[in-house]
This record gives sequence, C-alpha cells and structure tokens, in this order.
Amino acid sequence: MASHSESIIREPLITGKDITYGKITNDVLFPVENKPNMAWWIGFGLASMGAALWVFSISWTFWFGVGEWGLNKTVGWAWDITGFVWWVGIGHAGTLISAVLLIFRQNWRNSINRSAEAMTIFAVICAATYIFGHMGRPWLAYWTLPLPNQYVLWVNWNSALMMDVFAISTYFSVSLVFWYTGLLPDIASIRDRAQGLRRRIYSVLSFGWTGSVKTWQRFETVSLILAGISTPLVLSVHTIVSFDFATSLEPGWHTTIFPPYFVAGAIFSGFAMVQTLLLIARKVLGLENYITMFHIESMNKIIILTGSIVGVAYITEFFIAWYSQSEYEQYAFINRSTGPYWWAYWSMMTCNVITPQLFWFKKLRTSIPISWVLSIIVNIGMWFERFVIIVTSLHRDYIPSSWVMFYPTWVDVGIFVGSIGLFFTMFLLFVRVLPSVAMGEVKLLVKTSSEQAKKKLLDTNHLDPDQATFYKESLEKYDSVDQGQYAKV
Amino acid sequence: MSSTKFILGLFDDPDDMMHGIEKLQKSSVPIYDVYTPMPIHGIEAKLGIKDSRLGYAAFCFGCIGATVIFSIVYYTLVHDWPMNIGGKPHFAIPDFVPFTFEWTILFTAFGMVFTFFAATHLFPGRAPRVMDLRATDDRFVIAVDAKGNTPHEDITRLLQEAGAVEVKHNDRKYVSYE
Repeated sequence: MASHSESIIREPLITGKDITYGKITNDVLFPVENKPNMAWWIGFGLASMGAALWVFSISWTFWFGVGEWGLNKTVGWAWDITGFVWWVGIGHAGTLISAVLLIFRQNWRNSINRSAEAMTIFAVICAATYIFGHMGRPWLAYWTLPLPNQYVLWVNWNSALMMDVFAISTYFSVSLVFWYTGLLPDIASIRDRAQGLRRRIYSVLSFGWTGSVKTWQRFETVSLILAGISTPLVLSVHTIVSFDFATSLEPGWHTTIFPPYFVAGAIFSGFAMVQTLLLIARKVLGLENYITMFHIESMNKIIILTGSIVGVAYITEFFIAWYSQSEYEQYAFINRSTGPYWWAYWSMMTCNVITPQLFWFKKLRTSIPISWVLSIIVNIGMWFERFVIIVTSLHRDYIPSSWVMFYPTWVDVGIFVGSIGLFFTMFLLFVRVLPSVAMGEVKLLVKTSSEQAKKKLLDTNHLDPDQATFYKESLEKYDSVDQGQYAKV
Repeated sequence: MSSTKFILGLFDDPDDMMHGIEKLQKSSVPIYDVYTPMPIHGIEAKLGIKDSRLGYAAFCFGCIGATVIFSIVYYTLVHDWPMNIGGKPHFAIPDFVPFTFEWTILFTAFGMVFTFFAATHLFPGRAPRVMDLRATDDRFVIAVDAKGNTPHEDITRLLQEAGAVEVKHNDRKYVSYE
C-alpha cells in the first residue's frame, strides 16, 4: 500500500518540501510545456552543428566510399568499429537501469530510467550508423537478411557478424517498445493538460491511455516481463559484440574473457554517460529534487564496481598472455603497452582503472563537478579501450613487412565527433517534447521514500535516536536538502 | 429524473481513495472503474480483477519466435545449402543459439506488448475515454455509474466521508475534447 512507511535509515529518493502529486507533474512537464531557456538553446546549437558535421561526413562516406577513411590493408577496422562498440556499450546502461534495477526493486531507478532508456535508443542509433557506414554500399544492407535471392545463397549463420545483426536489431526494437510502453501514461498526462493541436498530437501518441485499474495492472505485468527478458538480452548483446573479436584467431582478440569483460565495460561506460547527461539535465531542467545526490552516489558506486571489474580483466588478459606461452599472444600484449600505441594503452589504463578509484572517497563521489569530470574521463577511457583492442591488435600482424600505423582522416574524425553531436541533438529534443522523468513511477515514492515523509516520521519522535541521527547525517551530502531544518541534537 | 450519468469521487490521496472503495463496497454500491495517475497496488484485489494472463501469451510468443528462427536457420544452412566451412558439421547447434535466443526475446516482447495493446484497446489515434482530466495528473478518481445507483446524495456523502476533495455529477460519460 502507498502509505506503508519505509525505514528511516534509508536515504530519501525525493527531496524538498511540499512535494505533491501535482507538483511532480508540474516540475517534470515544465520543460515540455514552456519555451526553452538559454542553456538549452546553446546546447542545441552546438549539438546540431555536430549533427550537421555527422550528416556531411557520413554522406561523404556513402558518396565516395570507405576509401575516404584512414583504413589500410593491415588495419581494416579502426575508428568505425571503435565508435560502434563505444556507442552500443553506452546504450547498455539504459537497459540496465530500466530492467535489471526493476527486477532488483531498486526504487532509485524510478527517476532516472526514462532518460537512460532514451539514451539507450539514441546511442544504438549512433552505433548503427557505423555499421551502415562500414558496409560501403549501405543500400545493400538487406543482404544481411536471409532473403531468397537469384544466387540461391543464404547468409552465413556461423558468422558472429550475422549474430550481431540479429542482436543489435532485436536490442534496438525491444528497447524502443519498452521505452514507449512506459511513456504512455506520461504522454497521457501531457495530453490532458494541453490544448488545441498539442492535445491532438499527444492524444494520438498516448494511444488513448486513461489510467484505469485494469490497464495499470496489465501495464505492470508487461513492464515486469519486459524487464525480465531485457536483462538477458542486454547481456547477450555485448556478449555477441565481443564475439566479433573473440571468434577470430587474432592475437589479443581470441580470448574467452571477452564476453564478461565487454559487458562490464559496457555498463561502466553507460553509467558514465548517464552521469554526464543527468548531472547537466537535473540542473538545466530543475530536477534536483528527483535526481538527488543519492542517485549520483549510487551511480558512482556502480562506476567503481564495473571499473574495477574492467581493471581485473585487463590484468587477467596480460596474465593469460604470459601463462599461455603463446608467442604471438605475448607479443600482442607487450606491443599494446610498450609499442607505438603505448599512449593509447596507458590512457585507457589511467582513465578506466586508476581515476575511477577516486570514487572510494566519499567527498569525491558526492561532489557534482568531480563526478561530472570523472564521468567524461571514463567515456574517454572506454573509447581508448576499444581503440586499443582493435587497432593495436591489427596494426602489427604476423608479417613484419605489413606492419603499419593507423592515421584517421577528417572523415573518420567527422563521423565520430558528429555522432556525439547527433546523440546530444536527439537527447535535447527528447527532453523538450517528452517527459524526461517517469512521473507515474516517481509519484509512487512520494508517500514512502520522500524527504517530507521521512521528516514526518522524525517529527513523531518515536524513532530510535541512533537511527534518527544516522539519517540526519546521511542527508548532509544532499545539495537539494535544506540543511537548516535538521538541527543537530 | 436527474441527468447525471456518472458520479466521480476525486481524491488527492491514494489511501483515502482506497478507503472510499471500501465504503462504497460496504454499502453495496458497484464501482464502474477507478482512474489513477500511478499504479496502486492492492486495488485490483479489492475490485476483484483477476491476475493478468499476459505472461502466458508472452511464453507462447517466445516459443513461436524460437521455433521460427531455428527452422529458418536449419532450412537454409543444413537442408537447402549445406555450406562447407572447414569440413565442420553443418548442423552446428551452438552457432544457432544466439539467433534462437534473440528471436525468442523479439517475439516475446512484440507479441506480448501488442497483446497488451489489443486487450486494453490501446492504439495510436484512439479517442481517450477520460472521465476527469486530472486523473492523469494528481487526482485518484472513483467512478460510479449513476444509473440504478440511487440516491445520488448518499453516494456523494459516502465519498465525501471517505475524504474525497471533490464529488462530480457528470452528465456525460467522457469529458469530450472537441
């Protein structure tokens, strides 16, 4: 029941005074129902310039071919697959937040799941552009499907790249369905407050949602089952992405550690990207009361955990290369860390393994500027990870006469920088037209997990004083809590 | 004869609304439906709504997905054109697992969601059958069919006693938009 009160030692998930159901709707819909502010326009201007660069570079690729990229005979995969794996990895956090945390009943997901899922969808769109770009002839993309054709040939079902086609397309479409089904009640809220044309548009988009008992009951069943199937799905997607490498015979790629290591890396980079986006969004959209310090700290804890898993994986790879006594495997790793790409390797090590460990300090993981900077560093590190795996394994192959370096052209850079612009453009448009917080789910927390509900409990004075003090101390890190009302005893 | 079609009890608190449902049921007043801005747990038991059977539908769709893709892979790679890849067996089940898994998920998700949309009559462009515009915002609405449930004053009183912030006597079933 909604009035069930929660233990006082749990930190509040909604802060602020006088939070009512109506206030949540008003706060969340503020950016949707009003004209954008200056910060949004500046962000949108920059992002759409990036998106324009992306359109130009990808069109250039389609027109002139993949030869415009810096690829050569030895390094046949470089920035494109790096960018692809990077974006797919970023997408994983959205599904993780919406599905895995739902199964574990982590209520703090309620205020961040919507925007994280949107991020998933936009990140997978960015990832897909690299696939189509690398095809060279994107109009023949349907050749990846098992369609009857005049050659009486079928696709090769033993190929990891085919598995990728199925994994990424399933992942994208299932994420889209999950996201949109969750949006229906919130679109209905916009619809019932809007007038004129806006009401008509949101009316179509809302599918006629009314919020009757049976609809909600089935909605919850659907959400739970979708979460249940999305959890193995998200793990399978990055596992299959890692098969692209692991099923090859390339030294440095041919390892069984790849699937778990890629999945951990994906969650790591995804949470970093959620952090990068939401720390800005909560400020610009005025959502400090719903995306609180507890959310930020929890995400930072996941970043340390997954960053450490990734660190262990790096060291394991090195150990196994030595332990295997395979000369080529050993050379691949010595070359990674001390060869001509040493700077990429050590950038990866520093950004992914060393700096995230700073989050062990509570002061640092509860500081907004530091969390933001470190989240960007993680994103850089994870890009380098993919670059290191791909380019340094390829650039020196079995015949020393074909050893080369990889130099990106402006088209490579344009597509990568442009895809970041595209991602932010889509995200900024999303926060303007759709609610960036799942209102229905946040409203569920008002009576149990909000600061005001806990304040009421405190005011009854029937609590264990130790627990009350513990709770008050836990509030000190919050930037959105009026500390004055919690005078120390 | 009054022109009232529906009596709506608007609550600003879900617990008061639950209380309202209990009161109405104690007085044997049938409840037409309840509209809330968020899912209220425990309400379906009170209103006697059976558990959703969408899980069974999801399972069946999953089985269909697995069968379809496994058959396609088997037909193309084993039956129609057995491709010789280093002399390895054509019927390499481990290689088929990722495809089978992905389409199981794909069919489960789409099949279940479309079943949900069909069963709850949700589709793009459907006219929203809204009884009160604040039911998707901050009001928890109990709707009672006015026909046959008399006297209306008693129902109004029951709702008010339960803590309704407002009781509406609507002449139209749905608040029309146009």
